[in-house]
Amino acid sequence: MISFYEVVKKNEGAILSGWIEEMVRGVRRADLMTDTELKQQAKELLGLFAKAAESSSDAESEAFLQTREFLRDIAKSRMDQGFTPSETALFVLSLKQPIFNALRDALKGNPSDLLNEVWASGNLLDRLALFTVDSAVEFRDQVIGRQQEEMLELSTPVVKLWDGVLALPLIGTLDSARTQVVMESLLSAIVETNSQIAIIDITGVPTVDTLVAQHLIKTITAARLMGADCFLSGIRPAIAQTIVHLGIDLVDVQTKAKLSDAFAMALNRMGKRVVALKPAGAGMVLGSKAKDN
Amino acid sequence: MAPRSEVHPIAGANDVVKVRQVARSWALDLKLSLVDQTKLVTAASELARNTLDHGHGGTMRVEQVENGLRKGIKLTFEDKGPGIPDIAMALRDGYTTGGGLGLGLSGSKRLVNEFDIKSEVGRGTTIAITRWK
Amino acid sequence: MERIPILKLGDFLLVTIQVDMHDQLAITLQDDLTTQIAKHASRGVLIDISSLEIVDSFIGRMLANIAAMSKVLDAQTVLTGMQPAVAITLVELGMSLSGIKTALNVERGMEILSQFTDPGYEPQDADGSQE
Repeated sequence: MISFYEVVKKNEGAILSGWIEEMVRGVRRADLMTDTELKQQAKELLGLFAKAAESSSDAESEAFLQTREFLRDIAKSRMDQGFTPSETALFVLSLKQPIFNALRDALKGNPSDLLNEVWASGNLLDRLALFTVDSAVEFRDQVIGRQQEEMLELSTPVVKLWDGVLALPLIGTLDSARTQVVMESLLSAIVETNSQIAIIDITGVPTVDTLVAQHLIKTITAARLMGADCFLSGIRPAIAQTIVHLGIDLVDVQTKAKLSDAFAMALNRMGKRVVALKPAGAGMVLGSKAKDN
Repeated sequence: MAPRSEVHPIAGANDVVKVRQVARSWALDLKLSLVDQTKLVTAASELARNTLDHGHGGTMRVEQVENGLRKGIKLTFEDKGPGIPDIAMALRDGYTTGGGLGLGLSGSKRLVNEFDIKSEVGRGTTIAITRWK
Repeated sequence: MERIPILKLGDFLLVTIQVDMHDQLAITLQDDLTTQIAKHASRGVLIDISSLEIVDSFIGRMLANIAAMSKVLDAQTVLTGMQPAVAITLVELGMSLSGIKTALNVERGMEILSQFTDPGYEPQDADGSQE
């Protein structure tokens, strides 16, 4: 009996061109990949597939390890290039037709063998295609995850106001996940900039409930443990009322209504003072010290 | 594929250090964030110490677990010690038998996503914690 | 028996904890420090934990004990270099170590200790209130 992999090996060239033809007819996406690249990938996969099929019919076996690794690689590169997961899988599935054609020719006198080999090779390719889809989806999820992280980081900028003084202007609602990211960004910024004081400004936070307050207090406590102090600024009257009503105890956290006042207090704490330069005359020079409002 | 798992003995003070290293290593393999790693390892340290001091020694099983697409690390601490008579009380913050059960249990609970405790007086205690990625 | 080395820097003692401590090592450190403070009449102790990746409740209590015992011996303790992940975890554990002074690094820690031992200086708590 002739096995399908023998047929594949014998007709590798014909199957390869049949496969390319098949893909051109179907979903080619020439806008995403050149002919040369496509031929290269097809040739390599066909070679790996034929070799592995010699020793095993199980797509998950050790014999198919190299094939799977190759499929993972092309799944990743195709996702990067912009293919959809199913387009990537079709690359593998479209190999079925040319193999069936070759099998039909080789086993034409033997219908039951033909059936077996068609089934065996088809099954194998199906599984490999599914594996390819899984890999493609996994890579896409990774990209999405990274993008989400970047978005979160962008929305929580930490600003250096002065040597040793950081400001964290919070904008928008604070949910649990966001607050975690905020906490971590602030604390790493404290270490990176060697800052002693961080001003958390909540002017842009519409509501403060018990959970948000708890998160803020945890952040402040963690900063203290590291050796930095935190002030809270931008507390609107409505928020002040909510805090009292909820019975939240802002355990000796310095608070100021305005960020500018908090900044002044921070400078003071660091032993720095803002002074006015001599009144500007001819040849005025822009001072490096901030002028009093 | 079957999830791998390992069992480590907790018989002496050095084993608490070993437990931390094992937990850290598995957390690194799963690529947990630094903060999540630290939380898991700290919880492991607390529970390992409890197993040693109150459970008179026991074991820790570490395994990678899956829930659909989520992957996580599960640590199970088991001892055949005196057991905990009042679990609810032991889980309350600040409670201590004078031997420092205090923050260990309630604190660890906050550091992980899942916390499961079973204890029987005279038979022993089993505590399983899971941190999802 | 292995011990964590304690350096004498004038009036102060400096300890750098770099290893993953098992309980006995921590207890030995506690004992060694109190002995050294008394022996040298040290005015300050600086404990640098910038290399410590894990601080659990036992280590936390040890640090709090050291600070308390030092105070009894009229020495100030400063804890320096706590890593962000450690700080976040400690807070979640429920330990705020509120009695201990902290600083970002050894340099800042030494400044704090110097100010503390300067007879003309009035010590300030981290939140600005006078002691």
